[in-house]
This record gives sequence, structure tokens and C-alpha cells, in this order.
Amino acid sequence: MSGFSPGFRGRTHAFEGRLPPGQYPTESFPVLSAGPTPHVPTEDWSLTVTSETGESRTWSWEEMTALPQQHPTVDIHCVTRWSKFDTRWSGVGLDTLLEQVESDAGFVVAESYDGYTTNLPLEDLTGNKAWLVHSFDGYPLAPEHGGPARLLIPHLYFWKSAKWVRALRFTTENEPGFWESAGYHDHGDPWREQRYWND
Amino acid sequence: MSRWLPARLTQRTDQTATGRALRFDVPGWPGHAPGQHVDVRLTADDGYQAVRSYSLAAPSDGRIIELGVQVVPGGEVSPYLADDLPVGALVEVKGPLGGWFRWTPGDRGPLLLIGGGAGVVPLMAMLRARRATAVRTEPCVLIYSVRDPDEVWYARELSTPAAGEDLRILYTRRAPAGSPRPAGRITAGDLPGPEDPPKGPAATTYVCGPTAFVEHVNGLLLSAGRSPEHIRTERFG
Repeated sequence: MSGFSPGFRGRTHAFEGRLPPGQYPTESFPVLSAGPTPHVPTEDWSLTVTSETGESRTWSWEEMTALPQQHPTVDIHCVTRWSKFDTRWSGVGLDTLLEQVESDAGFVVAESYDGYTTNLPLEDLTGNKAWLVHSFDGYPLAPEHGGPARLLIPHLYFWKSAKWVRALRFTTENEPGFWESAGYHDHGDPWREQRYWND
Repeated sequence: MSRWLPARLTQRTDQTATGRALRFDVPGWPGHAPGQHVDVRLTADDGYQAVRSYSLAAPSDGRIIELGVQVVPGGEVSPYLADDLPVGALVEVKGPLGGWFRWTPGDRGPLLLIGGGAGVVPLMAMLRARRATAVRTEPCVLIYSVRDPDEVWYARELSTPAAGEDLRILYTRRAPAGSPRPAGRITAGDLPGPEDPPKGPAATTYVCGPTAFVEHVNGLLLSAGRSPEHIRTERFG
């Protein structure tokens, strides 16, 4: 007996090994955003990658979608404790974008159309494990889920996968982003349960 | 902030057929701001644990916290908390959590609170905190969308506005007899325009409810000329 919650049995033991600690599986696709959803037409959309010296490269929607496309199927984990298995996305590997700009910096800040920011070590964005995605389950990504394009970094909590992303900025120092400045963990590894400051 | 604290259920109050106000006694509770939430952890006899987040429904009050729990049909945690956890039994809580969707009376400025269904819970913490302060010169508008009169949380407290408050309950499916507004989804006409109170640079808007509700309301607010920097949202489902 734990002494807590008498009579509680729980139902998700079946997912042990696939479910990070403290998560539960969901079939739906919940939405978490700090403010209103911006609506960005693809003809106005662009993505800019800027180095720490100010060198930059910008892709329009047509240019981005003409790059080699990948189709990752991944599990995603939100810090609000839901996990969703086998989500299917299409987009461009971040390796493809980041290698177009020369940089010696070790960190990246992602900036979104609504002013949202999140910070990432470069090593979490390279090595074929992070993407700029524009479709989900075979359809264009809906605005409330970050469309027209968002980051997909499935090995970190999903707030790191910035919605409505418009810029990736190399930084030599680590610069905490929006949630990282508001109580959430700087790195956000779900398997180490890095949810909040002090975790 | 990252410590789990034992929390003893001291009171369960039905708010609706499926909504409960749960009060817990939490020795060592550090206090919180209205709008914040907590994680609640349940442990089964075999050691299995499940955690969910719930909004705090009342301002800080020593070691007593009040949560609003809406039953999710078929859910793993909410039906247990709502109906099975015995009064006097323990769970564990961690918090307070959330550094963005929060408001304290010290923040001043007019307030626009818009809630859908159980999304009223964190807004109630703000309203109660405002009522508990001596100075209530700034206007506060609460717009609360519910399916029908049986779905109103905190009905007694919301029946009488305090000084400076404007409380409006909108019914989407069935309105009470004699209600001037027919039942229906919230529209632009239900929201204050940019020149209506609460206005001004510090008029902060908090919107909480199911995702579709929040998306819809945000669209109306932006169309009405309110600025996205002053809109803070919390979505569920």
C-alpha cells in the first residue's frame, strides 16, 4: 500500500517502455499555446536562418517545399502530460536548413510569428532528429497546431517544437525562451522528466 | 517547486453533474497566484502512478487549496478524483505551476475574463482574489459560456456581482426561461468592443476553455480590435 489514493488502479500500464515517466497516452491532439493563434498565409510565409555574425538565408514557401522532403513517424510528448504515438508528419530536415548558414555557435533560438521563442542546443537539432514540418497525417498543418509550418523535435517536450516558426537564430550563449523564462526546464528531455525549473 | 507534497481531501462539492470543487489540506504549500495549476499524482497499490494537471479555483489560503475537476468520460484520473477518492484520503500534489496564465490583484488594470465550461475554474481564482481585496476600482468583466443552466459552476457566487464586476453567463444550448439572449454560440455581439470597458493599455484578457472555444473567442477578440499581446490563453481537450 502506498498510503496515497486508496482504490486507484490505473489503466495505462500497457504502455510502459514507450511512455516517458508521468505521461499518459491520448488519441486526440490537444492544443497548448500561450496566446491567440496567428494565421499566416503561405504566400507571406518565410523562414530565415541567421548566424551569430549576422549572415542569413531565407526561404519562401515555394523554396522550402522544393527542398528534399522527409516523412517522419514519431511519438510526441507534451509537458502537460499527454503523449501521442505514431504521429505522421512531412517536412524538411533541419540539417538541410542549418547547413546552409556557416556558424560556430552552439545554440539556436527559434522565433515564431506570434512572438514566441524557444531555445535549443544545436546538437538537439542536427543528426536527422528534428524537422520543419508543414503537414500532419497527410494534410496541411492546421493553424492551431502550428501551421503553416512548425518545428518537430520529438525527443524533447513539445513546447520546444515551436509553432508558426519564422526564424532560427544561432546564438553563442544559451538564451532562455518564452516558457523557459516562465518556469519550464531549459532542456526538456521527457525521459529524464525535465519539466520545470529545478527538475 | 519540484517537490511532491501529500494533500488530504477535506471537502468535495458538486458544482455540476460532472464538475467537482475539491479542497485539499497541503502542509508546506508554498502559495500560488490565481490562474496557476497543480499536478496531482495518484498511486495504485502496485506502485503504478498517474499524473494530471488541474487548475486552482481559489487564491492562496495558507495550506488549503481548491481544485476544479471536470470528469472526462472514460478518463483514467478525473472520474476517480471526482467520485471515488474518499474524503480524508491522501493524494500528492506539485506546484504551483504556470508562469504565464496568472493574475494577482497587484497587477492592477481592468480585466476581461472569458471562460467556456470548466474553463471558468482558473478565472474564478482571479475573480475571488479580486473580491478579497479592499480596492476594486478597476472594472472586471466575466463572460462565461455554458451549455445550459445546469452546467454553471459557482452559480451562487456568480449570481451577485461585486463592485466593478460585470458578470454575463451565455447559454449555448438551453437558456433559462425569460432569458433575453437566445441560446447559441458566443458571437462578436457578446463581447465588449474595443471602446467598451474593460479597455486601456493594461486591459488584460484571459481566455480558458476547450480548444475550439478558445480559438473561436480569440478570433472574435482580434476581429474586434483587441491586441494579441494582451490575450492570454489556456486550452484543454
